[in-house]
Amino acid sequence: MNFVALKMLVADRAKYFGLIFAIAFASFLLANQISIFIGIMTRPASQIRDVVDADIWVMDPQTLYDGEVYALRDSDLYRVRSVSGVEWAVPLYKGTGRAKGPDGKFRTVILMGVDDATLVGAPRKMLLGSIRDLDQPDAGIIDKAGFLYFFPGEPLQVGKTLQMNERRVLIVGISDASAPFQSFPVLHTRYSQALGFVGRERNLLSFVLAKPAPGVPVEDVCHRIQAATGLRARTTGEFSGDAFLFYLRNTGIPVNFGITVMIALIIGSVVPGQTFYIFTIENLKHFGALKAIGVTNRRIIGMILLQAMVVGSTGYALGMGMAAAFFSVFLNYLPTRGIVLPWQVMAGIAVVVFFVVVLASLMSIRRVLVLEPAVVFRG
Amino acid sequence: MSSNGIAVVSREVTKTFGRGDTKVHALRGIDLDIRLGELTMLVGPSGSGKTTLLSVITGLLDATSGELMVLGQRPTALAPEELILFRRKNLGFVFQQYNLIPALTAAENVAVPLLAGGTKRRQAVARGKEFLAALSMAHRADALPSELSGGEQQRVALARALVHEPRLIVCDEPTSALDGRTGHAVMELLSATAVRPGRAVIIVTHASRIFDFADQIAHMDDGRIVSLEEDRKNGNSANGLAPASATFSLAEPNDGSFLRIGG
Repeated sequence: MNFVALKMLVADRAKYFGLIFAIAFASFLLANQISIFIGIMTRPASQIRDVVDADIWVMDPQTLYDGEVYALRDSDLYRVRSVSGVEWAVPLYKGTGRAKGPDGKFRTVILMGVDDATLVGAPRKMLLGSIRDLDQPDAGIIDKAGFLYFFPGEPLQVGKTLQMNERRVLIVGISDASAPFQSFPVLHTRYSQALGFVGRERNLLSFVLAKPAPGVPVEDVCHRIQAATGLRARTTGEFSGDAFLFYLRNTGIPVNFGITVMIALIIGSVVPGQTFYIFTIENLKHFGALKAIGVTNRRIIGMILLQAMVVGSTGYALGMGMAAAFFSVFLNYLPTRGIVLPWQVMAGIAVVVFFVVVLASLMSIRRVLVLEPAVVFRG
Repeated sequence: MSSNGIAVVSREVTKTFGRGDTKVHALRGIDLDIRLGELTMLVGPSGSGKTTLLSVITGLLDATSGELMVLGQRPTALAPEELILFRRKNLGFVFQQYNLIPALTAAENVAVPLLAGGTKRRQAVARGKEFLAALSMAHRADALPSELSGGEQQRVALARALVHEPRLIVCDEPTSALDGRTGHAVMELLSATAVRPGRAVIIVTHASRIFDFADQIAHMDDGRIVSLEEDRKNGNSANGLAPASATFSLAEPNDGSFLRIGG
């Protein structure tokens, strides 16, 4: 009877395509908005996650996330190094400064000052040049988006210069740094040099990056640092979460995206649900005839579920295809770089679509089950 | 209650809808025997109970009281799933509005009872085409119901009722949606193909023009059989009586059909 169910489904082209496109657009909208939301909300932690050498971030106890930092004293670095279980600790400057291009165009940049000796915190993904080039005087590594902002239309190249705090910055490399939340260019330089690129403050030590000794759990080391120094120590994962939560709680982003996602969910549930329900009601006479002829309720339920699964899976596949096309087009677009369609989102939407079509089918099935087959004799 | 050579035995069957002040007695003690190899018509005015009786006989509705035996089975003794299987195997339906599935071709519509019984699609549709050919409809086998005339649709519905070789065929107003000539042609076809030894046909109808095809006519009014014409094709006149145990009513007919009793 499966082919009967499928033929009944596709016979009414308008409803069939209406159902599929409703589910497809709802899936697309959900995938699109949730993925962009996740992409944007993970950006505040971009510079934290880009530091892959260290596992522990030590900061002032009042520092909540890496966007607003109260500087440590230089001596804090040595205090952290002295904690048992810490294999090594290095300084990191993270702040913002104003960079000026050769044509006078300026922009605020995220300045990362990495340890002079070890270059811990330097970008790992280089498009041009090497992190070792940071040893050169006035050297800086800028991310691709930043280079294209200051030098639009020019091919990626080293040797260009910028100005920061009346000092020359020599571009020695182009990095593929993760996009920051504010879309600012990201400039890596040596710690000692960063101090010269920003206006002088009394203390400039933003973070101490540390590595636990082999065999010592990173959480234990964090506790020890906190106990010994009174500073706040977080693992990379925890600190990324802090940044995420800060933006979640202190911006309108979740509300904004939440409303869109809710609308997509409501439209994605109500429109296909109602259309499918109407579709079944219109076929009630035929289901009644089938029941009279001797088709069991179980078989009719199977037919309705099959119809629901076909429109659900087709609509879902179409929606995911549209979402995949969207993200592949915008993957290399600088403002939206790094925003992708995670498989978890795809899986989650598959579950949502499944529930929507099952819910719609259950409403329809209920009408068919309570249908007296004797109705077929009523004209 | 014997059922040898008898398709349906009904004794004192009643059917009541609703309760209290809204109670409606649709059937008031039906006594009727329907024999295999015969075509029985249930006739009477609207609301006389003929469609309700058809629904009770086919197991689509439960009788409120009384004894009913259909092809040797008591429908009320069967579990719901058994009743569905019983219907699928033994009953063929022809509906007033044909009830063909618009998305399926004529042959596929005919194949539905076989598909419901688990026959493979290809085999079922091939069988459907054979039955359509037997009803001179081979050339329309691939047409959709919307492409068929009323008479053609009813022939497809008749083929659907016959395709799984049921022992009891029930037809609800099979000619009411057709003009006189087409209706007569459909009845000729039905009479020629459906009625055979070992199979009974029950037709609910208003149309007196098709009474000549009946072996037995049960005239109904107000939920009762008010008169019964038996053995009509052998020239026996109507006794004007229901079976001995049936309640007799002198309700007035409204369509002139009683004028044909004994005619």
